[in-house]
Order: sequence, then structure tokens, then C-alpha cells
Amino acid sequence: MSPSGAPQVGGGIPLAPAAIIDRLKGRFGDKIRSGGLPGKTPHAIVPREHVMPILAFLRDEPELSFDFLADVTAVDHAILELAEIGERFAVVYQLCSLRHSHRFEVKTAVSEDDPRLPSACDLWKSALWGERETHDMFGIEFEGNPDLRRLLMPENYPGFPLRKDYPLRGRGERDSFRQYRPGGAPAVEADRQARPAV
Amino acid sequence: MKRVAVPSIVESDTAQGEGGRTAGAAVDASAGRVQLSESPEPRIFLSEEEDEFGGKQMILNMGPQHPATHGTLRVILKLDGERIVDVDPEIGFLHTGFEKLGEHLSYTQFITVTDRMNYLSAINNNVGYAIAVEALLGIQVPERAQVLRVIMSEISRVADHVLCLGLQAMDMGAFSIMLWAFEKREKIYDIIEAICGSRLTTSWTRVGGLFRDVPEDFPAMVRQFLADFPGVIDEIETMLRGNRIFEERVKGTGILPAAEAVSYGITGPCLRASGVPYDVRKALPYSGYESYDFEVPFQAEGDSWARFLQRIAECRQSLRIVEQALKRLHAGPVNVSDTKRVLPDKASVYQNIESLIHHFKQIMLGHGSAPPRGAEVYSCTESPNGELGFYIVSDGEMNPYRVRVRPPSMYNYGVFTRLARGGMVSDAVAVLSSLNIIAGELDR
Repeated sequence: MSPSGAPQVGGGIPLAPAAIIDRLKGRFGDKIRSGGLPGKTPHAIVPREHVMPILAFLRDEPELSFDFLADVTAVDHAILELAEIGERFAVVYQLCSLRHSHRFEVKTAVSEDDPRLPSACDLWKSALWGERETHDMFGIEFEGNPDLRRLLMPENYPGFPLRKDYPLRGRGERDSFRQYRPGGAPAVEADRQARPAV
Repeated sequence: MKRVAVPSIVESDTAQGEGGRTAGAAVDASAGRVQLSESPEPRIFLSEEEDEFGGKQMILNMGPQHPATHGTLRVILKLDGERIVDVDPEIGFLHTGFEKLGEHLSYTQFITVTDRMNYLSAINNNVGYAIAVEALLGIQVPERAQVLRVIMSEISRVADHVLCLGLQAMDMGAFSIMLWAFEKREKIYDIIEAICGSRLTTSWTRVGGLFRDVPEDFPAMVRQFLADFPGVIDEIETMLRGNRIFEERVKGTGILPAAEAVSYGITGPCLRASGVPYDVRKALPYSGYESYDFEVPFQAEGDSWARFLQRIAECRQSLRIVEQALKRLHAGPVNVSDTKRVLPDKASVYQNIESLIHHFKQIMLGHGSAPPRGAEVYSCTESPNGELGFYIVSDGEMNPYRVRVRPPSMYNYGVFTRLARGGMVSDAVAVLSSLNIIAGELDR
């Protein structure tokens, strides 16, 4: 941040993801593991109890200064079991630094039995809705998010649609919603009356 | 903490504390079906508590079917007279499960789904997705395809911005500008129709290039566009700059300071209108954007008026890029020639057996090329609304294991509560139209 409070854009020194992992390892030691295939962009995998200090470090360290949280999402590893994740869900943070023009990805593993994670909304406000959507789609609880209602699905929706055990065509929830019809006529009858015979 | 959507009069009838949409509904857990009770919903909500003058706050529902929401958005406003005390935006009315669909479609098939996200500039979505998959597969597209992608992305950006300007003017009562903008935008759709046969659902890109090369008269059409559009943009600006009704309604409404814009994850014209000149085309160039000479305009004020000026300024920069790109449009292939990894040219599929075999191999699940197991990529492009990101994870099959779309509209809309709170109801309309929320992309 510049003295005026406006974020500085450009003019920094971009770091490669591998260099960012080195900085993280220098500060947090063996809590940081690097993931990703050889030859592909690496990312950091961090334990969930340390995810907030690590994200705060990434944001506040001048050399890194990740002032922008581009996205929060999750991946359900129920079918694609990766040794580096080791749990059912991986929550993924996409970070960006406006000043240094570099990007980085932080992952943390969350188990199916205890899908809880501290919220990042004290660090970045964009986590407010990103976490809401992740909660909505995967059922992950972000502790500390002040408004963790469902974002896209109806509030009384029973399932978590992006989990791998959720069927593509749903579980029949669509048929359960009764429709408002004028005069209280049954839906099918009202439809027939409304449409002229062709 | 108090409820915003549902006042206490409804609360007693509501089983398990459901929200406003299901007011009066009871969930029958044994049957797993939602049963609605017979009590009608009250039309006007008044708070029970009174302020020191005996006044009550009113809860007003705006949308999901409202002309000023430009799509299916619902906003629940808590009002003190005409002043907004609190805002609760409710989204998801257009939720179609694009990310779930992506897990069941092949990499190429998902291109058709990307059209439906920001349907005002579908080509930018096509390009953004194709770039993400190419990064995952490690494919470098030919020069001509890159230049064509740049030309069409910028033309689409102009179309998107011009429509947004028109709708912003319409919401402030200047209806004629919306009609002019629509009419001029049709000229852009003529170009889009010429290159891909459809106007809205373009599906123009393929992994490794384009669906086909552009027709012969494409450069002439683009030159005509370049000749017409500076005048169109000037016309819109002339009609609205100095227009007292428009200026007084948008100036000073929805002020978004720079630091907050960054914290909320705002991108695109809305971020730059707050004084943060961040553009993915400059910061992380793709498709050769680093070699074009253009500027990243920005405004200082951060209000609805600044967002209007920002889109005008960006349209002019887009025209500059198109002009430069047209000079670089040399003959050459528009697709990667490695047909073991990407779909072969359609014309050759009909004529030679080798291409036909490759085509079938790429189409039949389990036979075509796929990224390695565990590979993943986050790739972002600058769409007209901001950073459009695709996060793709592969499990080694021909369809993605997970496709995440980072929609700019969703994060841009997340700040709406903050911007509308404290203003008047009419200011909320001015702010909403300046953010340019596209419901298809918001809800996906």
C-alpha cells in the first residue's frame, strides 16, 4: 500500500511460484509442502490449522504483497485421490499481487468428517462471497465468515451439488418445489388452460 | 443479529428459520419434499421496532423480475423512508450448474457452455476458456489465430461496453441512447455472424485455434467497424456528458475507494474506475497483448460517473488494438497442425481418411488426448467485466475433473451491498447499472 492508501499497481519485481514457495519455507519451515506436477506451475499445500497465518504472511510481506484474492474454491478429491492432498476436499485460494504482477495458489486439505476452515474474510473482503459459494457447493464451513448462507442454491436445499457423489441430474429436488399458481389450480391444469390448443 | 429478509411477523410461521423466498414453507423431512403452507405472503413488511419518532422501517423487494435489474437478480432493501438502511442481494435464479456440467463434457464440448456465461460478449469467454485448456495441454496456437482472437475479443469488448453504456443511460431515463447502442451493436453482431454463423452463442474457438478461418471479406468488415465506431462512442459521450439529469444522478453515487475495490476482488472497468490501473492484458499478457501499443485508462473518483467514463475510454483503446491487429493479419493456419492432440480441420475430415480417424479419436471418450492425471491450471483473461479465470483440474480423462469459473460479475456484485447502503433507492439503480452485472455469468 502506498501512503495515500491506494494500492500500487506495477513497478514491483515478479517472483516465480517456486521462489514464493522458498520464501514460505524459510518462514514456516516444513509446514509448507509444494504440490503440482513436474514441469507444471507449482503451488503450496498448507495444513489447515496454519492456513490463516500463512495467508496473512503472503499478504503482508513486502516482497510478496498478495493484496488481491482472486478466487476461493474447492475440489472434491473423492475420485481423484492425490497423495499430496490426502483428504476428501482441497480448498484453493488464488492470490494475485497487483504491485509485483505475480500470482500464486495456496491449497489446504479439509476432511469429509470435519469440513471446517477459518475464514479469510478478515484479510480480503472478496472471501465473503467466494467462501459462501464454496460452502454452498461443497458444504465446507468457513468459521468466522459473518454471512455463510447459501449463495446460488435455495436456502433450504438439502445437498451440495459439486460434490462428486451428487448426481448430475440432482436427486429430484426440482419436482419437490410447488409452484405458485393463481387461484390455487394444480400446476398441470393451469398450464393446459393457459395454453391455447394448437 | 437481526433478520434482514424476513421480519419477525413471518418468523413464527416459518419452520426451521427459512429465508424470505420460502416464507411460510415447512420442510417435511420424512418425504424429502418441500411443502408450502396456505398462508399468503404479506406484501409489505414493516419492522416491529420503532425509532425515536415512531417511524418504522420498510422492507422492499426489488426483482427478480424488475426492469432495472437487467436479468434475474433479487435485492431485498430495508428502507427508512427513501433511504436504504440495509441491502441483501439474493442471486442464483439463473444457476444452471455450468461447473457441474463441465465435469461431464469433454474439453471441446464445454466451449458451448462458456457462450452462455457472459452472453453479451460470448467470444471473450470462448477465448478465455480455450487459453486455459491450451495452457493445461501445453499447446501454442498459431500467429493468425492469436491475432484473430485479439481482434474479436476487442470487438466483443466494444459491443459489451456500448450496450452497458446504453443500459446505464436507459436506467437514468435516456431511452434513445439505449436504442442507438442496440442498433450499432447489431453491426458488430453482423461480423460475429459472418465468422461463426451465429450471433449470440458463438462457440468460435477450439482447443488449439479456431472453429474455422474467417471469410475473405472479414478485413473489410472490420475496417468498416473501425470507421463507424469512433463516431458512435463520441455520440454516446456527447449525449450524456453535460446531460444534467444523467450527471446528477450518477455523480457521487456508489463511491468505491481504491483500497476497498482491491479488497473486494473487483476487477475490470469497475476497479480501474476506482483509480487502480490493473489490467490482465498488461499484467499477465496472453495472445500477444504485450506487443500491442495501448494504454490502461483509469479514473480517480470511483463513482458511477467514473465507471461510465471508464467504459468510454476503454472502447477507444480497444479500437486502437483492433487497428494494430488488423495490420498483423497475415495468411496462415488458424489451428495447431498436431491432430493427435487437437481436432483436425473439418474440411479435411470429410475428404481424407487420416483426418477422419483423428477426428473420431478426439471425439470418442477414452481414445483422444488428455492432460496428465493431477495436472491443473488457473488461467485468467481480461473479459469486458474483468478478470475471467478458469481453474481446471484433470484426472487424466478426456473430460475435466473440475472446472471452476472465476466470474468477474460475481465478485463485482459482492460489493453492491456496501455501495447501495446509505443511499437512496434511485441511487441503487444507478449503481447497479454501472456495475454491469450479467446474470448468466453471475449465477453460471
